[in-house]
Amino acid sequence: MTCADSGHHRAAGTQRAARGTWWTRAGNRFALHAAGLIIVLAMAGATPRALADDAQAIQINAKGFMFTPTALTVKAGSTVTWTNRDEEPHTVVSDVGLFRSGALDTNESFTYRFEKPGTYRYICSIHPQMVGTIVVQ
Amino acid sequence: MSDDPMRLSRRNALKCMAFGGAGTLFALTGGVLTPVDLAVAAADRSATARLGRPLFVQISDTHIGFNKDANPDVGATLARAVALINAMPEKPPLAIHTGDITHLSRPAEFDLAQQMFAQLRINEMHTVPGEHDTSDATVSEYFNRFGQASGNKGYYSFDHAGVHFVALVNVMQFKPGGLGTLGEEQLAWALADLKGRSSSTPVVVFAHMPLWTVYEPWGWGTGDAEPLLSELRRFGSVTVLNGHIHQIVQKVEGNMTFHTARSTAYPQPAAGNGPGPGPLKVPPEELPRMLGVTSVSFVKHPRSLALSDSTLAVS
Repeated sequence: MTCADSGHHRAAGTQRAARGTWWTRAGNRFALHAAGLIIVLAMAGATPRALADDAQAIQINAKGFMFTPTALTVKAGSTVTWTNRDEEPHTVVSDVGLFRSGALDTNESFTYRFEKPGTYRYICSIHPQMVGTIVVQ
Repeated sequence: MSDDPMRLSRRNALKCMAFGGAGTLFALTGGVLTPVDLAVAAADRSATARLGRPLFVQISDTHIGFNKDANPDVGATLARAVALINAMPEKPPLAIHTGDITHLSRPAEFDLAQQMFAQLRINEMHTVPGEHDTSDATVSEYFNRFGQASGNKGYYSFDHAGVHFVALVNVMQFKPGGLGTLGEEQLAWALADLKGRSSSTPVVVFAHMPLWTVYEPWGWGTGDAEPLLSELRRFGSVTVLNGHIHQIVQKVEGNMTFHTARSTAYPQPAAGNGPGPGPLKVPPEELPRMLGVTSVSFVKHPRSLALSDSTLAVS
């Protein structure tokens, strides 16, 4: 399941505020505090649910010339938002041309919705040493 | 320091070229560069004559649109560079921009840059894109303005005064984690372009990213340049110019001189110093000495070229 994935947990750890916002918005039945996140993740893992309910809103930071988290597993239908936290501009560019942000200046964001399961790799076209992977289940 | 860059005097420009920062004159004889300490050269009244007849000036990494602490006013430093060039006692016929004209590929940035380049008292300017110039989602802003010379390919060649110039693009086909890439099509074109040319023709090759590996972890190199460099080795005088790393790094290999130019916008750390190649904040009084342009002259027409780096520090 999604929630057992280590990349996923790193996302929860580094982007707790963003995740909390999502659960509140997407579910409504979960009025969560961040401290309760792990328990609810476990519940979600135990109970199969419809695609729409599983869709997530994930935040990735570009900071210190790295995408964090670098690897991530999400459910189909999830949206991923990349935000540049560096002074240098960054871009988010799919290696197969599926998506391409314009240059993101400091604190600017780009969002893409992953509809189909698969493995999606991307780089920053300004700093190609910055790489990331999204696995969509 | 002059408050008004446009008032830069001819005398000051000469002084600047002679004493600017770590300025070094490289005399190229038979393809081998001989560095001459400019403090010594400046004491010699024939030093300016030794700079030769100017062939072109290289401007790089103007990053119009950048506004962070490392240089909140990149327009002002570009204006100073333009004034420095316009004050040269003998102006070169060509200007070459080795990319990162803009910071974010935005139309307003390109527009401002073009307005500022129009102030140069040099009629002919040749450009290649940097990765910052092709970072718009549609990769079209650079080509809309500068693509005509190359049929929108970005790479092209031309001749001037017996020197063959090859302009290359190595910022468009990045592999994850990789170096700059020329790509098969461009490489084949470049090899065909050089084939059949006399080895006695001086060749100047310019691209944004270094064509040799300066520092791989930061992508400071071009992964597939070797076939091109091999072909260039037969020429008697080859000058390979790049920008991208915002500092001078030079290598001489046989008859080939590799040289990266300073930025007019902001310095970057030396290779491997810090998490990545971002803007380097230095005390404001030190900034002008870390920015500048490169000029290239004929020393012995038409066989040898000399490089001279000038900083924006004007006393």
